[in-house]
Amino acid sequence: MTIDRLDSPAAPAHPPFVFQGCVHVCEMMPQEAHDTRELLESIKQVPAESIFCHTSALLVHRAPQPDAYPNDFALWADLELHDRRLAERLAAVDPFRLGSIEGVRAELVSTVEQHLQQLSGPPPHVGEPFRFLLYHVVPVQTGHEARTLREFRDALTEVDVSTLFFHIVDARYRLGRGRGDFAEWMDTVLGRPELAELLGHIDPYAGTLERVRDRHLIALNRALEEDGRA
Amino acid sequence: MNGTGPKLDDYRAVAPRGSVDFLLRIADRLRGRRVVQVSVSRYGGAPVEILNRIVPILNDLGIETSWEVLLGGTDFDATVGAVSKGLAGVEQVVTEVMLARLHATCASNARRLPLDADLVVTHDAPTLLLVDGRSPGGRWLWRYHGDLSSPQPQVWNALRPFVDKYDAAVFSAPRFAAPLATRRFVVAPSIDPLSERNRDMARSEQSRRLERLGVPADKPILLQVGPFDRLRDPLGVINAYRLVKMHYDVRLVLAGPSPASGGVLMEVQEAASHDPDITVVLLPPDPQTDLNTLERAATIVLQKPLFTDFGGDVAAAMWKGKPVIGSVAGGIPSQIVSTVTGYAVETVEGAGFRIRHLLGNPELIGRMGAAGREHIRRNFLITRHLGDYLALLAHLTGGPEGSRRGT
Repeated sequence: MTIDRLDSPAAPAHPPFVFQGCVHVCEMMPQEAHDTRELLESIKQVPAESIFCHTSALLVHRAPQPDAYPNDFALWADLELHDRRLAERLAAVDPFRLGSIEGVRAELVSTVEQHLQQLSGPPPHVGEPFRFLLYHVVPVQTGHEARTLREFRDALTEVDVSTLFFHIVDARYRLGRGRGDFAEWMDTVLGRPELAELLGHIDPYAGTLERVRDRHLIALNRALEEDGRA
Repeated sequence: MNGTGPKLDDYRAVAPRGSVDFLLRIADRLRGRRVVQVSVSRYGGAPVEILNRIVPILNDLGIETSWEVLLGGTDFDATVGAVSKGLAGVEQVVTEVMLARLHATCASNARRLPLDADLVVTHDAPTLLLVDGRSPGGRWLWRYHGDLSSPQPQVWNALRPFVDKYDAAVFSAPRFAAPLATRRFVVAPSIDPLSERNRDMARSEQSRRLERLGVPADKPILLQVGPFDRLRDPLGVINAYRLVKMHYDVRLVLAGPSPASGGVLMEVQEAASHDPDITVVLLPPDPQTDLNTLERAATIVLQKPLFTDFGGDVAAAMWKGKPVIGSVAGGIPSQIVSTVTGYAVETVEGAGFRIRHLLGNPELIGRMGAAGREHIRRNFLITRHLGDYLALLAHLTGGPEGSRRGT
């Protein structure tokens, strides 16, 4: 994924919190894989942004399947290679745990290499090849800002869902901004390390982005209720 | 909504939360850019359907967008037809004379049309060669709406060098793209939830219209819409219905435009003549309201073509909360989330089995229909399409001040 600056750079973690969403331009890469070996070679070659597109960024376009594969590689291995073992192994590659795109690439490579070593025959050919894509991110300010926890909760309720992608997934996995922008702001600006810890541990791959929004709102509402009782 | 068509604000009620405000924000940053769209006609076809909607909204957003149309001579339509089919992979006789005519028509139109803009978007084969007359400055984009994965080699070899003169080409799905030297982007088609095809319809109106179409609402309806040709496989759909009919009392409705020649329609009508529960509906030239009626009346929608492009009928049915059982042709699998919003099937038997499964588990019909509507809301509405266009405009023409011409 590359980034096009349509606005000022992403809001750093200082007050107020400026909510930014993003739109994507989906570009096709020349690489295509027709079997497992070609998949391995292409995973090694493509830009990191393409790996990001097919793994962490899948939240942008993931289908509403509760049991959907968490990355395109696993889905392809199952649907096109009919190799369920490889699919399950690739599905276990967890960007949340690995923390960086190069870490994800390394684990994908290792997983496919190990699988190829265990294959008794030639790798199966596919119906549809794996076509590598790359997302260009165009960040856009949503016009929402927050200075307090309540303002933050209210804004998060209203913003376009791409805002969650931008501040959680893009910030965390592509740009390497630690726990993501929400958790960082809660900790460093509002001085709420426990809430930051809570938000930082919400797994963005546990469902759709709307589900991720709901889980954030549950945590924020609970914190606001506790503040009200104090 | 006023009489001139929907405004962006009208989509707030149906688009995902926050998305309309977000589009306004993006457009704010691109205000003043100039876009020219060029198609071969203002009537019929995928580009026209989307341009009719998108062009007025882009102008409302402050992005000056014009829509130009090619003017061709008497033989131009035949040339366009042959070249278009050739690119779609249907073997054609395309002569050097025809290619020269295409070139000459585009050259004369390039001189006539005001193509000085930040972004020039040409649609499909007929406008492709306009790029030969491009002036320096603006960016040029070729939008191909069909499937270019297996074109007729002779036609493609003649036209491909022109595609590479563009800054980029845009396809509806990765599988529809051809290898190119120029950049390739993907923008999925969309449906307009406020169009006549997809607008909400009161039950009373639906009943009245259904009666007028001659479709009794006395039992669950299985529906396939589309032309009566072999590529749409209406006979396969009848066979799937027959597998179901042994177990469930259902009605099959096959609706499509009246074909120029009898062909498959005669076979379909022959089958229907022996079964009062098969209803054939011949649609009028502007069938949008009738399609809306039929899709809303359906219990399960089938789309089982052997070959198709994106297959937007699937999204239109899903928007109406119907589970769709579709073949794995063209863009259908990218719309159906199999086992969640319907089923992707490869055979007549698979279609029959899945229909029976749904009729035997009616709670699935509602659940899948609702999931399908949400899937379309998030991924295939015109608001998402507008966002993609704006993102592409921003990406190709640089930052908000960067590549604006004439300033």
